[in-house]
Order: sequence, then structure tokens, then C-alpha cells
Amino acid sequence: MLNIQDLRAGIEEMEILRGIILQIRPGEVHAIMGPNGSGKSTLASVLAGRSDFEVTGGSVEFMGKNLLEMSPEDRAREGLFLAFQYPVEIPGVSTTNFIKTAVNEVRKHRGEEPLDAVAFLKLMKERMKLVQIDQSLLSRSLNEGFSGGEKKRNEIFQMAMLEPKLAILDETDSGLDIDALRIVANGVNQCRGKDNAFLIVTHYQRLLEYIEPDYVHILYKGRIVRSGTKELALELEEKGYDFIKTELETADQAQQ
Amino acid sequence: MSQTIIDKITEQQSNLPGREGFLAEFTDRSMAEFRRLGIPAVKHEEWRYTRVSGLFRLEMGFGTGTSVTAADIDAHRLPDHEEATELVFIDGRFAPALSNIRHNEKELVVMPLSDAATGEHADKIRAHLGHSAAYHPDGIQALNAAFAGIGLFVMVRKGFATEKPIYIYCIADSRTGYVFAQPRTLFLVEAATQVMVAEHYVTLGSGESFTNEVFELCAEQDAVVEYVKIQDEGPMASHVGTTHVRQTGRCLTNAVTISLSGRMVRNNLNMVMEVEHGESHMHGLSLLNGETLVDNHTIVDNMQPHCQSNELYKAVLDEASTGVFNGKIFVRKDAQKTNAYQSNKNILIGEKASANTKPQLEIFADDVKCSHGCTVGRLDEEAMFYLRARGLGEASARALLLHAFAADILDRIGHEPLRRYVDRLVSQRLAYDIHNGQ
Repeated sequence: MLNIQDLRAGIEEMEILRGIILQIRPGEVHAIMGPNGSGKSTLASVLAGRSDFEVTGGSVEFMGKNLLEMSPEDRAREGLFLAFQYPVEIPGVSTTNFIKTAVNEVRKHRGEEPLDAVAFLKLMKERMKLVQIDQSLLSRSLNEGFSGGEKKRNEIFQMAMLEPKLAILDETDSGLDIDALRIVANGVNQCRGKDNAFLIVTHYQRLLEYIEPDYVHILYKGRIVRSGTKELALELEEKGYDFIKTELETADQAQQ
Repeated sequence: MSQTIIDKITEQQSNLPGREGFLAEFTDRSMAEFRRLGIPAVKHEEWRYTRVSGLFRLEMGFGTGTSVTAADIDAHRLPDHEEATELVFIDGRFAPALSNIRHNEKELVVMPLSDAATGEHADKIRAHLGHSAAYHPDGIQALNAAFAGIGLFVMVRKGFATEKPIYIYCIADSRTGYVFAQPRTLFLVEAATQVMVAEHYVTLGSGESFTNEVFELCAEQDAVVEYVKIQDEGPMASHVGTTHVRQTGRCLTNAVTISLSGRMVRNNLNMVMEVEHGESHMHGLSLLNGETLVDNHTIVDNMQPHCQSNELYKAVLDEASTGVFNGKIFVRKDAQKTNAYQSNKNILIGEKASANTKPQLEIFADDVKCSHGCTVGRLDEEAMFYLRARGLGEASARALLLHAFAADILDRIGHEPLRRYVDRLVSQRLAYDIHNGQ
């Protein structure tokens, strides 16, 4: 589904991603962990097509197509979804209207008819339950004045509406209390299926207690330095990121 | 301006109705003022951006006021007009034959200003006509006043409240040549009334027109007035319009000014708050492309204590358009506890678009709350990316954000059918612009 080969990207002169290699197959849940500044969010942004970053090397194939050549909207229409770390507040646009437009843009891309009002409402009611989000919240301006938890729930709600093939969750757990975290994780779990995949970017192991990953990767200084199963996350939680740093520095010194 | 043009205007003026009594005296005095002051030049600080002198050319005609039929107006009627009182100006002349008065006489008085000036309402005309002149002591205002003989008088009678709107269509017919139109309305709102009045400015044909308009409104105690101005004239239209609102009793006045097209548009809006505890709201939206210039000049005059005013003007400036905002707030010595807020927000879309904004506060009382602010910026990149990352194309993401930007002005149009109507105009324009951009 997603095949990242030697991906390099950065801002201006600074290289942030320095050769990422990662494959994701349908049905899998991958977690990317790493200390601050390791490039986690950059990876999420580059995959979603944020223009702030310049890709300087490597390739990304998504559903058999060259992802890096696509506009952000085409990536979304092909089935890529990014749950933002900081969802944007947009006054004057209700979530309902916005998500309806988005759903129908995606349908149009797939050659499907737009959903009529009744079908849309039915789908919406069903997906609202997944994240226990309230109708009144969705009638309000998109994210405007929402609490941190409400914004993240809204992201997962939108994900559930758009039914992406690959969902990238960029630090969706940051700023969430335990109840909100549980609701969000529950929503994600219900969207898991054999045909879709997740890439969960997180700093902490906490979220992974609720969303069990198939693979865990540790990102450090723009490279995936270790990959493993969920046990790796537990090890990281126990020993902290320093153990990775020490290990790598020791290895570096040994090389020199 | 050449002597030939002045002679031409003078001749036209001397043949208008209302050549007796107070109105004759008023219009002649105004004509003399016009001759004395002339046309404001660019060096005049109030007219820095709006260059009107080039509009006074020999080929300008005054129209006959008879070239337009009811069918010509149909395309421009406002929503639910069958229920509304519709008052029509053709080339600046009030046209009773094309107007439809759907309020009864006990509620609403409508008549040519020249008739009102000599009849039972003469004292009211004398008391209110020309009050705006003190706020705009320039030749353009004087010139409109000189043509008041073809104007309109409306009075909403005491205690009358209705959902039925009053629509005023100001139509300039450019089909047979460059037309110069000078509509003038005196609109009195008596005590304990509620009224919704909308002015719609349109052009017939795609020729050149120049509308120089003055709308004076006076609201008495416990009146609730909603005023909407929709300027949607042709691409070759120039427009100088003054809306002058006086509160002579404690009341509430809302004004929304929508500017959508034309070559050069100047909107003056005055709120004169003469009585304690008055409340006024002023909102404006300009949606511009091409080389259109829209210049909004507003004045809030706080004369007495405890008045409250709130002002928000927004502009979306595409291509090589220009937006100007000048907001004056006067707080006089006696007007303690004034609350006055002003804000101007501009989004520049076009590479060659520009915004000029200037707040001007003159405060002579010491216990007041006044604030002003302005922003000029591009569309929010982060919001664009967010929408695109959800599958919206660049064009629809932009239209959605711009529509959202406009929404809090549109929301200020309390009359729902009219709000939907303006919303549709705005949506069409945004879609059109997108189409152009692609």
C-alpha cells in the first residue's frame, strides 16, 4: 500500500528526513515513535503533501502511484488521510458542510455519485457514534472554540467519514486526557479493517495501550533506527529515549 | 471642470421640479455651493483615492427617466418583492409609475420630494433635508443637493412595525450613452417603529454611468432600523453614495454595505448619535476584482453619553483591485461612557491588489472605550492545506475560506430572504473568480 524508499526531505538547507525506509501493507497498524525533533511530524507532513517541506530524494509509492507527484487534494482523494496535530480553526464553515463537500469530492474522484442529503445524514449519524461527537458540535464553525479533545475527536470523525485507505495520525494523543484518549482510540479501533492501514505518530507509548500496533519504529535524527513489535514501545517507555541515543552513539564511536 | 460642463449642469438643474418655496431655496443654495467648491481633487485628503474629476465630461447625459420599463427592472428585483414596497429611481429621478407601494397609507408615506416640500410635511423637509452636508462639505454633496427636486420622500409612521421590506432600486440606464444619475432620498422613521430598507444599485446596459447619491435617514425614539445597500452596478459604473443616519431618539440602527462591482465606488456612511443610549452597527463587505476601486468612508459621531457603536468592514481584493477604508469616530466632550469599536479586515488575493486603511479617532471625552484595528493579509496557508488535505481542490478550498470570511458580514443582514439573496451573489462571484483563475 505504502512504500517509502530512502525518503529525504527538509526545510531550506536543513535536512530533516535522512533516508526513511518503510513499507505498510493493508490491514497493518504501524507506530512511529521518537524524541522531539526526530522528524516524526515532518514525515507525516511530507506524506500529506505540505508544501513547506522540500523532498530532496527517495520515493514514495501509494497504491501503486507516485505519491510525491500528487497535490494534497489528490492524495486525500486517493485515500490518504492526515489527522492533524493542530487542527485548524475555520470560522464561518460548519463541520457538517465541510465534511459533506470533502466526502463528495472524494466520491467524485472515484467516479461515484454524490451522496444525497438523506444518505449523508445517515452516514454521519453512524460515524458520530464512533467518537461520541455531538450534532451541535458539528453544526458549529469548524474547530472554532473547540477544546483540544473535541478537535481530535473531530479529526477522527472526519477520518471515519472519509474512509481512507491509509490514515496518518500525527500526535493525535497530545493534549488529551485519559477519557478523550480512550474515545479517540476506540474510534480508530472501530475503523480498523483488513483493507486499510494506519500510521500512528506519537511521542508516548500511552496511545499504543489502546491502539495496538503491529509494528513499532523508532525515528531518530531523520532515520528509522529500530523496528520491532509492540514490545519495542514498552521497552522505550521503560528505558526512555536516552537508551536509543546512547546505543547509537556507542555504535557511531565503534565505527569511527 | 470646464465652464461648458457647469453651464450644462446649471441648465439641467434649473429645469427640474421643485422650483418653489423651501426646496427651490435649498437647491439653488446647493447649486451655488457646488459652483463655489467645485469637484474634489485628489489633493483633497478625503478624496485621495477616489478620482471623481475625470467623470465630469461633456458627453454626460442626465437621462429622461422614461426609457425604462417594469420588465427592465425584473432581473434586479430583490427577494419576495411581491410583498414589498418597491420604489424606483431611473437615472436619479424618482419614478412613481414604476414604483409599487404595498404598505398602506397609515403606515407609510411615499411621495416625490417636490410634493412633500410644499404639502403637510413641509416642516419635516425643512428640518431634515440636507443634514448630511455638514459632514461632507464638498462639491459632490452640494451637487446632489442641487438636484433634490427629483428626489423621494418616505416616512414610516409612528408605531408601525412590519416584516415587509422597503426596496429602493436605483437604476442607471447606460444603454444610450454615458448617464449621470443623482438619486436623493429623505427617509424619516417615526417613533416606535421597525423597518427594513434595502437599496439596490444596478446599471442597465454595459455603458458608462455615474451615480451620485444621497440617502438621509432620521430615526426617532425606539425605532429599529435595518438598512442594506447592495451596490452591484456594471463594470463601467462609477458611484459616490452617502448614507446619512441620524438617531434623534434612543434607537437601534443597523447598516450593511455590500460592494460587488463597478469601476470606482465611494460609500460614505455616517451614524450621528444625537441621543443617550443609542446603538448602531455598521458592517461592510467588498468583493472586488479587475481594477475596481471601492472606498468606504465611515463616520460615527457620538454626541451624547452611553452610546454604543460597532463597526466591521471586510474586503476580498482580487486581481488589480483596490480597497480603501477610512473610519472616523468622533466622541464629543459630553459623550462620556461611549463604547465604539472599529475593525477593518482585508484579504489580498491578486498580486496587484492593494488595501489602504486608516482609522481616525477624535476623542474629547475622558471616560470612553474606543478601539480600532485592521489587518491586511493573504489567505491562511495552513487553513488552505487543511482543506486540501481533506480532498478539496485548491479552487473550492479558496472559495470556501473566502465565503467563510464574508459570512460574518452576511450574517448581519437580519432579513433572511435578503441575506440568502446576497449570499448567492457572493457565492456566484467567488465561483466566477475561481473559474477565471483556472
